[in-house]
Amino acid sequence: MSAAKIQLSEIRFKVNGVERSATVPPMKRLLDVLREDFELTGVKEGCGEGECGSCSVLLDGVLVNSCLVPALQASGCEVLTVEGLATNGALAHIQRTFLELGGTQCGICTPGMMLAAESLLRKNPHPDLDAIREGLAGNLCRCTGYMRIIDAVKSAIQEPILAADLAPEETVHK
Amino acid sequence: MRDATPTRIVGTPALRKEGFGKVTGAARYIDDIVLPGMWHGATVRSSIARGAIKDIRFGAGINWDEFVIVTAKDIPGANCIPLIVDNDQPVLAEARVNHPEEPVVLLAHPDKARLHEAVVAVEIDYDPLPALFTIEESERQQTIVWGEDNVIKYFLVEKGDVDSAWQHAAHIVSGEYRTGAQEQLYIENNGVIAEWSETDGLIIRGSMQCPYYVHKALLRVFDLPAEKVRVIQAETGGAFGGKEDYPSLIAAHAGLLALKAGHPVKIIYDREEDLAATTKRHPSRTRYRTAVDKDGHLLAMDIQVDLDGGAYATVSPTVLSRATIHSAGPYLCENIRVRSHAWATNVPPHGAFRGFGSPQTIFGIERHMDQIAKAVGISPEEVRRRNFLAQGNATATGQLIRDPIDLRGMMDRALKVSDYHAKRARFARENATSSAIKHGMGIASFMHGAGFTGSGERYLNSLVGLEADASGHLTVLVSSTEFGQGTNTMLSQVVAEALGLSCEDVSIAQPDTNRVPNSGPTVASRTTMIVGRLVHDAALALAGILREKNLLSEEFSADEFRAACAAYTAQFGALRSEARYQPPKDIFWDDAKYQGDAYPAFAWAVYVAEVAVDTRTYAAEVVNFYTVQEVGRVMNPVLAAGQIEGGVAQGVGYALYEKVVWKDGRMSNNQMTNYIMPTAADVPNIEVYFEEMPCEHGPYGAKGLGELPHDGPAPAILNAIQDAAGISFTSIPLLPEDIFLRMAEAPEPECLETVGSAKGPE
Repeated sequence: MSAAKIQLSEIRFKVNGVERSATVPPMKRLLDVLREDFELTGVKEGCGEGECGSCSVLLDGVLVNSCLVPALQASGCEVLTVEGLATNGALAHIQRTFLELGGTQCGICTPGMMLAAESLLRKNPHPDLDAIREGLAGNLCRCTGYMRIIDAVKSAIQEPILAADLAPEETVHK
Repeated sequence: MRDATPTRIVGTPALRKEGFGKVTGAARYIDDIVLPGMWHGATVRSSIARGAIKDIRFGAGINWDEFVIVTAKDIPGANCIPLIVDNDQPVLAEARVNHPEEPVVLLAHPDKARLHEAVVAVEIDYDPLPALFTIEESERQQTIVWGEDNVIKYFLVEKGDVDSAWQHAAHIVSGEYRTGAQEQLYIENNGVIAEWSETDGLIIRGSMQCPYYVHKALLRVFDLPAEKVRVIQAETGGAFGGKEDYPSLIAAHAGLLALKAGHPVKIIYDREEDLAATTKRHPSRTRYRTAVDKDGHLLAMDIQVDLDGGAYATVSPTVLSRATIHSAGPYLCENIRVRSHAWATNVPPHGAFRGFGSPQTIFGIERHMDQIAKAVGISPEEVRRRNFLAQGNATATGQLIRDPIDLRGMMDRALKVSDYHAKRARFARENATSSAIKHGMGIASFMHGAGFTGSGERYLNSLVGLEADASGHLTVLVSSTEFGQGTNTMLSQVVAEALGLSCEDVSIAQPDTNRVPNSGPTVASRTTMIVGRLVHDAALALAGILREKNLLSEEFSADEFRAACAAYTAQFGALRSEARYQPPKDIFWDDAKYQGDAYPAFAWAVYVAEVAVDTRTYAAEVVNFYTVQEVGRVMNPVLAAGQIEGGVAQGVGYALYEKVVWKDGRMSNNQMTNYIMPTAADVPNIEVYFEEMPCEHGPYGAKGLGELPHDGPAPAILNAIQDAAGISFTSIPLLPEDIFLRMAEAPEPECLETVGSAKGPE
């Protein structure tokens, strides 16, 4: 099978508040569309099979592994990636708590982990410890032992989360 | 001289230097980088464990003209990755393969999507040869797969007279302990990009720990002068030793493809390839035979350490060295013999992983100490207390402990913070009468040597640089890499502290062999103590340069420093200082006898595990984990605690979750779906306590701490499981099915021998 034979489709969706489109094979992974077509390389690939959560994004507000989502399925949806968390260069609260409390070490799981935290806090603004652990259990971190990530989420509970998906444009990633 | 002076910045939770890029997604890891005209590379690997290559055929259905194909014949220089043993591991197998997943052919194509079908279409014919897969098969020496005897490395360490000590023993306790392979499981897989041009030579960007290891390897492979090879570390998404030596091999592969293709070539492993083909922690078997008196004092220790090194030597000699030196634990014993071997087998070479041999032997000695306690009839904490090393004692290698050491105090603190005695008493009551879930408490006390072993730091001869611009902004020039541990932040704190500045006044240059000197590899818990000290010296030297020109007085403010930098650069140009490693005068090591000061300093620790064992599901869970450690001065409490917690979580995985399943020398569970590491829902509550006893060798009294926390969790957890379930497990990983088998089976094997037997371990 060669690339030339594959039918391409134009797929439109809203990414970090901005209308975007890509003409891609419909079964191309959302992960690859975000990374290759939109250069949103904050979305990371760790395993390619939905185990590690590094490629987590919010799809219409739902936490998904973008390595398991075909681009077609995201058509017409709103996608939030790590690049959409900060607003005009100002870090979202969850980003500040991860930075200040040691929630990021090597950083490769951090984008997905923060989106898992964001998703958890949107569903449950006051999670207890068990709910935090459960809410993050789909995202693997090999560096931290999770203690400081849990602390960062606990600290983020204290203040409202920014409605970051309403950010007008990509603000940080170039 | 002990540096315990008050500090402004050292000891504070300075923000992670590169943290902003990491929380915004702006940090650029190797797979995030795209070069113009870049192709993609892939590796065709051996499908058998050992055999002669008869033929390589390029199958039908692929337009091979579109591909660049590289075999061993295309290597311009030597077909080997030189590290410790030369002419051992080839870049590409040529006449024969020695392990599954060994690289044989490389392919490159502009379209990454086309590579998979091409890799599958390459057929390699072999004449298979007999292969070895375990320590036992290798030590039988019936088939020789490496050198003359399958022995990659052997050490003998002797202290006192072991053979005469058995007759004085009240108890002789023997035990055998085993640890499995463990995958580093950095979340970012291995990857590099290579570029080639006639004018610049070879440029490598990649995920790596040791740019100068890669540099050294490529000089040989490509037969190039030093200035024609440039190695740049990209942001690196975890390493843990797994990116110590392996990146040299991938860099060589990408370089060969780039040279032939005339395009930059990117090779990024996917998870299955990374798990199947790259290094893991050495599986081990340790045997202890110990003589103790009636009070539990160690009279003699006869220790055998055996590691499975895999098909090539790579770092096995030094892993075995660290395993050997740590095998007697933090205990005083006048008669010790350690005989250790790294055995060659036909599995992919085992390599560096946090702890570097110590987790294996600390597992053995710390499980064994509990068996001694049982034999003598004293508690696990008491047998340790009675044998702890103290200041003025000598270790197994005859290293005199010159620094103060407070293992007894740390034991007291660990028992107190874990509420050990009360919990143990309560669990004993409850376990006897009730419930399907049995609780237990377990202890491990241990140490980890900071820096290269023995003469290693002398050979490394590390060099660091520091530059200041006219505004007084400083740039640290080191090849020491950041991959999560906090190198960048710690070094910034050292410079800021030394020169009265803030961390914002300091940058860390991207590790690039064209720009930074060789400050040694980022391994061996050496970066804070050794490189941090050199960077501190370079900072003082820089102030010295300004003073020599009468631009700076003895005491100075940040503004005065900036003004001095402006004046200096206006008058004299570039302002730069250096510092080179100076071996401490009172440190001596004899490589031939393996005697002397193995490490400039040790970090010490006492860990307590609290576990619950469900006798219906046979699952063991760590509920709480308490860590007390003495690491010299803590440079940054947030980063330091993060290191300890991360190491403990990896140790929990090592003990209870992470099992590499081997089939004919190949990892058969090479997916995250079935190689299981702990999640946020699995890790225990981890408590971290530091004792700070400033050490003269590190900056502001710091020692190394990165590897320490991986050494203790596994034995503490299995000791706790013995306390809970009454069964002495001696092998990790310990999965529910293993617990089930033992609980369903017979009582534990007897570890006590007849007193007076003079036989060493077999």
